[in-house]
Amino acid sequence: MNGTTKPYGIIGEFRTAAAVLHAAEKVRDAGYRRWDVFTPFPVHGMDKAMGLKNSKVGWFSFIGGVLGYTTGMLMIWWMNRIDYPLVVGGKPMFSPYSAFPPSYELTILFGAFGSLGGMLFLNRLPRLYHPLLKNKRFAMVTHDRFFVVIETDDPKFSESETRALLEQAGSRHIELVEE
Amino acid sequence: MAAAATPANLPQPPVELQRIPLVANNHGFGWISDRVASISEDRAPVWWWILFVPSLLCLGLLGFMLSYQISTGVGVWGNMHPVMWGWDIVNFVWWIGIGHAGTLISAILFLLRQRWRTAVNRSAEAMTIFAVMCAGIYPALHVGRVWYDWWLFPIPNPYSVWPQFRSPLMWDVFAVSTYFTVSVLFWYMGLIPDLAVLRDRAKSRLRQFMYGLGSFGWTGSNRHWSNYEKAYLILAGLSTPLVLSVHSIVSLDFAVSQLPGWHTTIFPPYFVAGAVFSGFGMVLTLLIPLRSMFKLQDIITMRHIDIMCKVTLTTGSIVGYAYAMEFFIAWYSGNPNEQFHFMNRALGPYQWAWIMMVSCNVLVPQFFWIKWFRQNLVAVFIISILVNVGMWFERFVIIVVSLHRDFLPSSWGYYRPSPVDMCTYLGTFGLFFTCFLLFIRFLPMIAISEVKGVTAQADPHHPAGGAKIEERIPDEEE
Repeated sequence: MNGTTKPYGIIGEFRTAAAVLHAAEKVRDAGYRRWDVFTPFPVHGMDKAMGLKNSKVGWFSFIGGVLGYTTGMLMIWWMNRIDYPLVVGGKPMFSPYSAFPPSYELTILFGAFGSLGGMLFLNRLPRLYHPLLKNKRFAMVTHDRFFVVIETDDPKFSESETRALLEQAGSRHIELVEE
Repeated sequence: MAAAATPANLPQPPVELQRIPLVANNHGFGWISDRVASISEDRAPVWWWILFVPSLLCLGLLGFMLSYQISTGVGVWGNMHPVMWGWDIVNFVWWIGIGHAGTLISAILFLLRQRWRTAVNRSAEAMTIFAVMCAGIYPALHVGRVWYDWWLFPIPNPYSVWPQFRSPLMWDVFAVSTYFTVSVLFWYMGLIPDLAVLRDRAKSRLRQFMYGLGSFGWTGSNRHWSNYEKAYLILAGLSTPLVLSVHSIVSLDFAVSQLPGWHTTIFPPYFVAGAVFSGFGMVLTLLIPLRSMFKLQDIITMRHIDIMCKVTLTTGSIVGYAYAMEFFIAWYSGNPNEQFHFMNRALGPYQWAWIMMVSCNVLVPQFFWIKWFRQNLVAVFIISILVNVGMWFERFVIIVVSLHRDFLPSSWGYYRPSPVDMCTYLGTFGLFFTCFLLFIRFLPMIAISEVKGVTAQADPHHPAGGAKIEERIPDEEE
């Protein structure tokens, strides 16, 4: 708004999965921190090439699942044994066996919400504005192009050196993207 | 060109050892986007309207029938003592079974690393969701007073009464509602990257906005893909026990009772196999016309059809085994009621239903042993429809035939559906096909990013993906 637009970062375009994979290895080895690779589909081996750790989504699902199972068991126990005990067919008021199927379903239900919610939370999605999405060239990322993006916020960022690194990695098209 | 074909000078394995590509004709990533996205971008073809208008009319019929049943009461059904579970429960079990193929394809085949699933999973998952919607109508109405449906759920009410969880019917409420919810979550998560594809291609502001909203601002970041793939794997891992449990629990609605014909322990696996069987029948029925109408033959190849025919054959044979086992156990149990029931099933007044069931479910799929039938689309299409006819009769035989003659001959009867039953059933087809036709018009019916991911070009270690052969040797020390 005030006219002083800081660039968001530098994008380098690649044409093949192998090229972008090797470029990612180079950027990782150069010690950059705030950078990312953008691909139309998950590229096999990219997590290792970028030096990413195992995703934490599993913890969200696990907590969801545990929560679901306990909720199911406690809910059924409290409803059928404590709050509204009713003899049906001479069956026990509460039995872990008959309470298991609904609790099992709740385990899956809460676990599934945990995975999707965890994925969205870790990715900070939904995000309805992103500087890269304004870039015409970058729109090809969902089509058939691969991009390495290094942000200006990275402590090692220097326009000339970063550009040289991407060129050396084999990028044919390098562009500065506005914030 | 990103879609560079494998260079000719590379050493190639002998032809018989080469892997058949999942996307035929070596198309590039861009072609996949173009082909799939064009379905929702181009004008609707004439045949789409030809299918959509009758579907919409049937949906209107459903609306009319539902308001009639709700305002008059379920006495307008053919259900009459002793058959108090009629077409309503038959259709509930049938529709929910159809859904099972979608989850099998999206979850179980994912865990088994069956990569061909990517071409069919999106439409099969959509089929699941719409089939479960059709199924859900029936129990909601069957309770008689639809406005009390919320009593099925543990919601606090002024009477301080809670549902009692010792009944399989209560388990069913949890199984079906969880199944629907998780199917929607799984389906939507798969859609996120593909909605981003449609967003980035959108010409009009409205499409850009709607798909932009739906894609949650997906950028294709690998840090996102990393979490996404993990979440996808976990959802597949959760959906697998879910899909097995749903039809198992549906079968417990019957198996926990004392009625001959229902009171058997074989029901859970037998119902699940039947569900997958009918679901694959429906997937084939839907995809065979769609792939030719939208020219998707290179994505849904003959190999895909072939594999699905084999799954149909396998599950159909499991169902046939279960039929035979039921007769064996009836004889082996020495229980006269059980023995009478099975004789009555095969020779009694509903013999016609039993013959339909056995011929469509057990005999007809056996044609799939022969390659000619698996390669002939007309034959596959006809068989796939017969599979669903047969599965409908299976539900009918299990439910109605077991009920109509139980322990007391004085309470025997003969069940006939009423026109309201028939029109409601036709109406659910309206709901299903309206939803499905809208889905193929507005959403990517093929999982674009997943199909891209299974091509040879997507593999950075494959020459088609740009890997240089000599580069690989120094890499290995790492």
